[in-house]
Amino acid sequence: MKYLIIGNGVSSIGAIEGIRKLDQESEILVISEEEFPTYGRPLISYYLAGKIGDDRVWLRKKDFYSKNKVTLKLQQKVTALKLAEKRVVLQGGEEERYDKLLIATGGTPFCPPIEGSQGEDVYFFTTLAHAKKLDANCANLKKVVVIGGGLIGLKAAESLFDRGVEVSIVELAPRVLSAAFDDTAGNIVAKRLKELGFNIYCNTTAKEIKRTEEGRVKGVLLQSGEFLEADAVVIAIGVVPNLTLAKEAGLKVNRGILVDKKLQTSEVDVYAAGDVAEAYDFLVGENRVVPIWPNAYSQGFISGQNMAGANRDYTGGIPMNSIGFYGLSTISIGLVNPPEGQGFEISTYVDEEEEIYRKLVFKDNFLVGCVLVGDVDMAGRYAGYIRFKVPITEDKVKAHLINNQPTYLEWPEEMFQAQWNSAARIR
Amino acid sequence: MKRVYVNPEVCIGCKLCELACLTEHSQSKDLIIAYREERMQGLLPRNTVEESGWITASLNCRHCAEPYCIQACISGALTKDAESGRVVYEEEQCVGCWSCLMACPFGAIKRHPIKEKIVKCDLCPERSIPACVSACPNQALTFEEK
Repeated sequence: MKYLIIGNGVSSIGAIEGIRKLDQESEILVISEEEFPTYGRPLISYYLAGKIGDDRVWLRKKDFYSKNKVTLKLQQKVTALKLAEKRVVLQGGEEERYDKLLIATGGTPFCPPIEGSQGEDVYFFTTLAHAKKLDANCANLKKVVVIGGGLIGLKAAESLFDRGVEVSIVELAPRVLSAAFDDTAGNIVAKRLKELGFNIYCNTTAKEIKRTEEGRVKGVLLQSGEFLEADAVVIAIGVVPNLTLAKEAGLKVNRGILVDKKLQTSEVDVYAAGDVAEAYDFLVGENRVVPIWPNAYSQGFISGQNMAGANRDYTGGIPMNSIGFYGLSTISIGLVNPPEGQGFEISTYVDEEEEIYRKLVFKDNFLVGCVLVGDVDMAGRYAGYIRFKVPITEDKVKAHLINNQPTYLEWPEEMFQAQWNSAARIR
Repeated sequence: MKRVYVNPEVCIGCKLCELACLTEHSQSKDLIIAYREERMQGLLPRNTVEESGWITASLNCRHCAEPYCIQACISGALTKDAESGRVVYEEEQCVGCWSCLMACPFGAIKRHPIKEKIVKCDLCPERSIPACVSACPNQALTFEEK
């Protein structure tokens, strides 16, 4: 048996750990385009901000690969899949055979056609290499425009700001963090950033990146007509699944690579996991790409076990994000912006002075989502109610949830015994 | 693996388990100094006694078979020890992103009051029986394999 994994992010690590649970001996080959062993991708903002150094970005210990008997090929690009022959082709023509293949190629930053975006001084912010490049040039940057006010954009902006750079954030939506958070939470974060000295431009986008005659960036012209001076631009509009290999090989794709409940693609013995995969999600009852960290790990973990002969279903992960901005913690779990008129009930608590915000979304006696800003200590307990679908049948229990006092002692007895008093497992 | 199990039916909510945990994880190993002095420097018990009406019970890390916290950890600070089964936490690696705190459905992970770090139960690796279990006066906490 030979396992081949394309990609070396968190899904890949999950897969290695999943395979090794069941199969301690067979060969595992990991091929990655990147030049580093696995690192905590979200840590790149901590790295650029100077909060952690080269010693702390790694997701696993140095001996992870040798301990798990994994051969790691770095800086190698897979250019084609030969599914019929069970081989992959590397750049340069070399080929590798497999018995089971996992495609965990993640996503690539999306770059819209903005005039002037090609060339020097334009950066992305999704890999350690990107962070290192920005880090190396940081001393020469006075003003930077970040295009995109989502999680990646704001973390890039925060890191640069920490390094003394004047930062402007440009966001097409009416507010920052429109995807992961609701209006109130997004506004609290925006207010905090503005007070610190960030410039935020919403409801507009970059029309053109202006360059000097030498080709260096001199600023960004916005759709609104404003011109923002800048030495560099970071494009953080979003990430799209890396589908090229799968598409060219004829695997079924939609927004991501389509996988079944076992995370197998349309081709037998070929699996996909993480930000590149489009798996069935029991929460929404349809297939979707949920490009978040814990899901990427668990999809890797389950597909790895299935490649090693297990028969486990992936039943979908709950979208969740935890992110902090200058000590202001924010967490969102599950469904946070429910559609109107479908029986969702929303409870909110706001204390703008203390920067505390709590929003709970209920449906039919269940908690289905929450947003927490400032006071996030109870996040896990809310997650428990959402994850295990703990029924909320008493008004008293609901009141406790609304008042930031969720407790597992109010779970139904049988759920408490089943979940709390035995070893919990990933569903 | 052996875990700490709780029986809410016999728990008397005395919080001796919290104090035992506090002492065990203190520098001084002295209850009074731990409580009066070290607490102010950020020491806190890894467990929490929860209350709901007349029911009380002590809450701590379940050391899950497939922990949600480890899936969520972005920094490699949380790992599952293959031999002991413990969910091991390395404070040095933690960046305080609170992803694990969000992901743990049991709410067993706490924020350190001062540092940008988490705090969680380590099952007292230097003891044969965790301090909370030894301190429980009514056997509401047991350390066993189930």
